[in-house]
Order: sequence, then C-alpha cells, then structure tokens
Amino acid sequence: MSDFVNNFWSVYIAVITAVGVLGCLLLLILTARKKVVSTDDNTTGHVWDGDLRELNNPMPRWWMWLFVSTVVFAVFYLIAYPGMGSFSGQFNWSQVGAYDAEVRKAETDLEPLYARFTAMTAEEMSKDGQAMAIGANLFQNNCAQCHSSDARGGKSFPNLTDRDWLHGGSPEKIHETIVHGRTGMMPPMAAAVGGADDVTNVANYVLSLSGSPHDATKAALGKDKFVACAACHGADGKGNQALGAPNLTDDIWLHGWGEAAVIDMINNGKTNVMPPQAKENGGKLTPAQVDVLTAYIWSLSNKPDAAN
Amino acid sequence: MKQEEEKKPQKMVPIKSADSDSHAFFEVHKKVYPRSISGYFMRWRWAMVFLTQFVFYVIPWIQWGDRQMVLFDIGARRFYLFGMVLYPQDVIYLAALLIICALALFLFTAVAGRLWCGFSCPQTVYTEIFMWIEQKVEGDRSARIRLDNSGWTFEKIWKKSLKQFLWIAVSLWTGFTFVGFFVPIRELGSELLAMQGSWQIFWALFYGFATYGNAGYLREQVCKYMCPYARFQSAMLDPDSLIVSYDPARGEKRGPRRKGTDYKAQGLGDCIDCKLCVQVCPVGIDIRNGFQYECIGCGLCIDACDSIMDNMQYPRGLIRFTTQNGVVQGWAKSKILRKVFRPRVLIYSAILIGLSIATVISMGLRQPLKVDIIRDRASLARIVAGGKLENIYRLQVMNATETAQNYRIRVHGLDGIELIEGQLVTVPATDTVGVSARVQIPYGSAGSGSHPIVFDVDAESGKGSVSEHSVFLVPR
Repeated sequence: MSDFVNNFWSVYIAVITAVGVLGCLLLLILTARKKVVSTDDNTTGHVWDGDLRELNNPMPRWWMWLFVSTVVFAVFYLIAYPGMGSFSGQFNWSQVGAYDAEVRKAETDLEPLYARFTAMTAEEMSKDGQAMAIGANLFQNNCAQCHSSDARGGKSFPNLTDRDWLHGGSPEKIHETIVHGRTGMMPPMAAAVGGADDVTNVANYVLSLSGSPHDATKAALGKDKFVACAACHGADGKGNQALGAPNLTDDIWLHGWGEAAVIDMINNGKTNVMPPQAKENGGKLTPAQVDVLTAYIWSLSNKPDAAN
Repeated sequence: MKQEEEKKPQKMVPIKSADSDSHAFFEVHKKVYPRSISGYFMRWRWAMVFLTQFVFYVIPWIQWGDRQMVLFDIGARRFYLFGMVLYPQDVIYLAALLIICALALFLFTAVAGRLWCGFSCPQTVYTEIFMWIEQKVEGDRSARIRLDNSGWTFEKIWKKSLKQFLWIAVSLWTGFTFVGFFVPIRELGSELLAMQGSWQIFWALFYGFATYGNAGYLREQVCKYMCPYARFQSAMLDPDSLIVSYDPARGEKRGPRRKGTDYKAQGLGDCIDCKLCVQVCPVGIDIRNGFQYECIGCGLCIDACDSIMDNMQYPRGLIRFTTQNGVVQGWAKSKILRKVFRPRVLIYSAILIGLSIATVISMGLRQPLKVDIIRDRASLARIVAGGKLENIYRLQVMNATETAQNYRIRVHGLDGIELIEGQLVTVPATDTVGVSARVQIPYGSAGSGSHPIVFDVDAESGKGSVSEHSVFLVPR
C-alpha cells in the first residue's frame, strides 16, 4: 500500500534524495582539488572596520573524510531503509511494523508476570496482592475513564462495587462482559403501554416497586399496563440478566432518578453500549490481562468484610 | 613607556601559517608532539587531573547505607545523591545546577580566560593521561618523532602495541566507570564479565571508544574544530581578562646571541628564539603570534619560557598571564589585579553566590514527599446516599524517603467537607502509590461552580508534609 495518491510523488522524492546525496559527493570532489588564493598574511584580503581581518586557514582533511563517510552511509541506508519514495528498503521496515514488533515484544516480556495467574480462579486471584495490584492498574488505565477511578460509576455508567448486576456478576459473566462488551437496548415502549397518561401511571407503578416516592393512585392504575414491561423485566419487575433488563425493585437508578426520568425512558427507550475490551474484538487487553481484570472487578463487590 | 602605542592600532606581528605554500581547501593533520616541561602550571594541571579523576573513578564505588552514594537510576526514574532521593519532578535542581555551572564559567573566563580548557576539561585531562602513557612507552619528544618516522622495526611494534594495550585498558575502565554512575557498579562489573546486559555493554564500549578516540587521536582537534567554547570565548573575555601573552616589547627582536655579549646593543630582545614555547604547546601554536583561538590557556609555554629565562638569568615573565589593557597601557601587576574586580566580575560573583545559596537552601528545605491530585473527570459530581454531594480524586503519593511511610490524608476548604475513603495510605520506600479519595459535602451547602479545597498529606513519622490544592465541583 502506497502512501501517495500518485506514483509521481514517489519518484519525485526519490529523485530529490538521490540528487541531494550525489550533489554532496560532487561538492566534496570539486572542493577537494580546489586551490585558494592566499595573501601574504594568510587572510582573505578584506579589511573591515579599519583593522578587522579574516584568516583563511585550511580545514582539516579528516572533515572531508567524515563528510565522505556520511555519503557512503546514506547509500547503505537508502538501500536498507525507506527513503527513496515508496521503496520500503531491504529490511522492509515500516512504522506499523515497528509498532507491531514492539507490542509483540511487550507481550512476551509480560508473559512471565501473568504466568502465575493462569491457573488461578478469580477467587484465588482476589487474595493475591500482586494480582490485585496489577488488576488495579489495568482498571485505572482501561476502565476508570467511564466507571470512575473508584469504580462507582456515574450516570449511565454502572457501579461495579455493588452486588447489582445487569448481565450477571459471576466471574464468568464479568469475563464475558469485558471480552465482548455489552449492548443494553430498551426499545421505546410508549405505543405498547398506551397513551401519555398510561405512561405516567406505569412510571409511578415502577417507582412504587422500589419504595421510591410515587403517586399511589396512579401506581394502582399503572399496574395492569405493566404487562407490556414484564416480557423483559419480569412480572415481579426483578429483571432478566439474560436480556440485560434491569431489576426495577432495587432503588438503583443508572439513567436518572424520579418520575420524569422514568417517563422519558418509557417514551424514548435507551441504548447503552460498553465497548469490547479484548484484543481480538478491537480492544487492548490480552487474555491474561482480561483474567486478572475479571478477578479484580469481581473482588470489588466481594470483599470479605463488605457490607453492600 | 609605550604611551604612543595607545592610540595607534597594536603593532602587527606577522602571523606565519603552518605551511604557507599549501593553498588547498583542506590540509593534512600534522601530529602534535608536545614536549614535556615541569613548572608551576604543569604542577597545577596534574593536580587537577588527580582531583577530577579521583572524583570520577572513586565516587561510584562509595556506598551510602545499602546502596550506592551517587546513582542515577534512569530505569527506575530515581536519582540518588548522598541522602536524597530525587524524582523526575526535581529536575528544577538540575536546571539550577546547570545555570550555576554556566555562571561559574562566565566568571572564571572573565577573570582568567580559558581556565576550564587548560586545567579541568575532560578532553584536556584524558589527553594528558594518554600523552603521559605515550611518553612513558615511546619516550620523549624527539624519541617519539623518530619512532613514528621509522619503519616497522621490532621496537616500534612492541612499543606501539604496549601503548595501544594501555590506552584500551584505560578506555574500557573509563567506560565501565561511566556506566557505573547509572547502574550499581559492583553488579555492573559481574554483569559485564558475564557479557550480559546489552545496553550496559553498548554504553560502556561507546564511552570507552569515545575516550580512546578523543584522547588518543583527536586531542587538540576537539579544541580547535569541535568545541564551541573556543569560538565564543572572545565574547566572554574583555581587555581586563588575564590571558597567556608574549611580551613583544620585551622579546623582539628575537634571535640567538653569544654568551657574554650585550644583546640589547645588538637590537635583540629577551627572546632567544629557542622555540621551546612552541614545542611544549599541546595545541601546537606559537604564542608569540599573539592571542589565538586555539590557545587553551594551559600556561605550559610560560613554564617553558621561565625555565629558559632562568638559564639566561633574565627576569621571568617574557610569556606571562596578563591583560590586554595591562600590556597596552603598561600597567603594573598590582593595577592589573585590581582591575580583576571590575563591575562585570562583581556582578557575576554576586549572582553566582546568590543562586548557589538559594539552591542549597531550597534543597535543604525540600520535602521528601510529593503529591499530585487529579480530580476524576469521568463524573462531574455524584449525589450519594445520606444527601451528600461527592467528588472523586486520585492522589499520586510519592515517597521520596528510603523507608516505607504511612501518610495521613485530610481535606479542608468547605463547610462540612469530609474525606470518606483514602485517609491513610502506606507507601513503600522510594515508591509511588495511587489513592482513590472520595470527598463529600452536604448537598446544598455550597453554591454551584468550582470551589478551591486543600488536601493535607502528612507522614506519621514526620518526614514529609505537603498541602496540595484542588477544586470541588458543584453542578447546577
């Protein structure tokens, strides 16, 4: 693949490079034999400001040899490495190639560090200080941008330190989430629920499920209409982890608290995406790193003394 | 007195180039064979060789506790200097040190010209060492010239081989010592002997090769063509700077004379044209041609001429350290020295002393603790249970002592502000730990916007106390 839109530019660069190098050589050859007119007192003959003269000392010959060696080096370099337009050189070096080689080397260097953990389960890793230190660093570099540096998330970014999971909180499920990412999709349900009043009623019923402040009358009216929601959220509103449908009874409001927020959700739906983090899916993490990170995140909500 | 010389341009002593017949752009380098001389300045040069090389070769071997006293651990990004652990954030001290070095250079040059070049520059020091080896192996000046001009006899082969062996040995030891400032030198020694550590091997050989090339072969070529100091020295000197000067008024006309005759009546000066000053010069110039850019101010020509003056029973000082004003105006030595303390020198000295004191005090008062605070950008603020508004921070706590420390973290600056998580952190020696801190205020207790707050981090042992500013954001 060429970086140029037209082959002309490759030739243009190659010609300029070659002319430059050969031009330097030509300059050297011409000046090596050149004679210089020298006055009696070895000055250039010019006098400035009354008595300022410039000496005309010859340059050391090893400078010339140094210059020649740079030309020789240039010839070898241009054969070996890119420089003559699109010619990629005998060593086939490229920036992308150099980057890939560095990444491979880094992974090879890190392998021994992770080797110890491949045989461990998440529970075992959560007790290992070094594994948790690595996990914490991986978390800060890859996850904290969305889930906050203390893992408690924010609006639309789940809290990873509680026991409330949208897609499952077992080590296997956490592993799956990290590798493949998640897409939570709630379609707009206004049409299925009914008119605007129906939506308000259902919203109040939903609020009542978690004991949040609500209008009891409206909630009672909304209970029947909740059938439209039960398909995903369950008849009891306790959610469905297979679908990623949240538990509506847990008083955790990922996308906003209050009647207005719930009405907005029913009317407009929501698509919430977590990008996949595994290398094979476009992310940056190797399988070993995903394992350690899984254990770390699992440990956040499974501390021995935690009271969630 | 030479008053009539004051207003006219200084009498030009014709400069004779090394070979006035050659008119090519380039000239072949003629090897300089400095003759050895003993004297006051030679003794000073060797004193500086011992002083600088003692510092260089001995210091990496000295331990401080259980680590090297001076170690620039680039890999771990920590510089150990005596009892101090310096972080990359301390690079300001390096800047201060370099500024002090530059000012010292300006000061010494304004006073006495190229003292650095003639006495303490590594180029001059290593060239002296290598030339001493060469002289011990190949003999004095005439013996060396004879040896170089001769064919490849057995004598030449073993002498040249021995010299090369000694040069290479000194170069390798120098390269090894240099890398020993960056990698603990004892471990480095065993590593290199086992041919391990590709970068260490590379740098030791690179620096060794540079020493070998510069001191063995390039020598004065570095001073003449490569070093920028030679070129801008003229900007740092003034007519009251001490420079190595030949006194043409005393010395001309130069020429040999018969013993016992009245040389002054013959129109001769004190210079007997013995050319000893040219022979001892390490850069191969004739100082009688006047002040030249190649002159490194080593004073060996002074030693040479003084020895001849002693033999001839003439007064010393035909070549001496003096100032341009002193020669032109014909000043006495006391007036020349008084002129040393001119405004330029006094100002340089004042700034140098002030900056040095400030740097020393600053390093003395330095806290062995650094804290960087990054407010979490992922969420502006959170409303949490208990009616509190929360901001999350990440504190990088950098322990610059050599024992593990427990740090207590507190926060103040807003009514009711509380630190929920991250009040106590243990940081291993010379290590850095990131702490998550949750800071909460009662909801509604502060207006919307950015509020400055302060984190206080104190070591329980008392070694380190820092207050860092940050902001607490309250959304609308």
